[in-house]
Amino acid sequence: MAEPNTERRPAGELEASVLAALWAAGTPQTAGQVQQSLSAPLARTTVTTILSRLHEKGTVSRERSGRGYAYSATQDAHGLTALRMHHELDRDSDRETVLARFVSQLSAEDEQVLRQVLEAGGQ
Amino acid sequence: MITMLLAPLLVPFAVPLLAHRTVERRNPVVALWALTAAAVALALGSLASLSALLLAGALRLPVLARLGELIHPLHVAPGALLYPAAALSAVALTVCAWTLSRTGLRRLRQLRSARLRADARPVAGDLSVIDDLQADAYALPGKPGRIVVTTGMLRALAPAEREVLFAHERAHLAGRHHYFLAAADLAAHCHPALRQLRPAIQLAAERAADEAAAAASGDRRMTALAIGRAALASQGTAAGRPFFAPGATTGPVPRRVAALLRTSPSRHRVAPAVAVLLLLCTTTSALGAMTGAVDLHRGVEIAQGESAGG
Repeated sequence: MAEPNTERRPAGELEASVLAALWAAGTPQTAGQVQQSLSAPLARTTVTTILSRLHEKGTVSRERSGRGYAYSATQDAHGLTALRMHHELDRDSDRETVLARFVSQLSAEDEQVLRQVLEAGGQ
Repeated sequence: MITMLLAPLLVPFAVPLLAHRTVERRNPVVALWALTAAAVALALGSLASLSALLLAGALRLPVLARLGELIHPLHVAPGALLYPAAALSAVALTVCAWTLSRTGLRRLRQLRSARLRADARPVAGDLSVIDDLQADAYALPGKPGRIVVTTGMLRALAPAEREVLFAHERAHLAGRHHYFLAAADLAAHCHPALRQLRPAIQLAAERAADEAAAAASGDRRMTALAIGRAALASQGTAAGRPFFAPGATTGPVPRRVAALLRTSPSRHRVAPAVAVLLLLCTTTSALGAMTGAVDLHRGVEIAQGESAGG
């Protein structure tokens, strides 16, 4: 009514609205919850499509929740890079080998950082 | 008469009186264009005048007169008047050049660091979210333009109000309002009286974006409430924002909200008197600068030995 041509809005604007809804919520949201918190009357399938597109770009992360996913906004750019690395890791069939190769090719500095992180995590 | 050169220096003092009426009474987009055009024209007029005065004074100096191939002394104004005027012009132009380049550089640096900050954040479409509880939102110009908004702002607004905010910022980007703000800012550094035009131009840009947001949402009342709420949430947080990046919460928000709540949607009565006065000021300034320059040119030609007839 207020926005009769919602479905024809540019894809970028819809992505922006969905991301804003996720940030405003602050907690992981299912596609249905996101749909509820948008002012535009979007079909749930549209919201799901936008969310998975954002997930592919690494802008949002997701975890299993019931039959679908719960999405949350990625915190920062560094988290984004880490998420992309996880994507790559998940995509390969042999996770162990990839990890081993990855670590063996690290520079001395990176290795030091990794060691510190692991030690801090172990305490 | 070289005294015509004083007109472009004096006219700007009259313009700020007209500025606020222009924003109140006219379609904000028209007001934005009119005020910015006037600011730029008056700034250029004043710079031209100062340069001409400086030139006229400088050509009295024997060394420069020889360089300019003057065989007679340049006679465009009495020396008692011309020397102080030229000296003042030199000072004014120096100060002007210095502040212009300094602010220009500072603004660009602000923009670049804001750009870096926004680029480091996850982006969806044209939106870049900064995780900060302080509410703030602005349109960041660039390629592509971005809406930068903090989580604090997103959480302070209802879903429909968020859309109003985005529509407002998108209107800033689509209307290229940062160019108007930059022009207003640079003009303000060319002539002190033009400083008062700057807030009027800012207000016109915000009003234009408000009207665009109201048109996009189709609900003036809700738009007004959203702008008001966003402004309340972000009180005093504009510090980190680059000057050229317009935001939904800049300018006198109560006046903007009142304008949105006015029942007739932006069918402002055209204020011909104000428009004519504005045009008159600009024309006077331009004519003054031009006449003065032509007089100076003729004076120089006579001093170079040409006969007065040409």
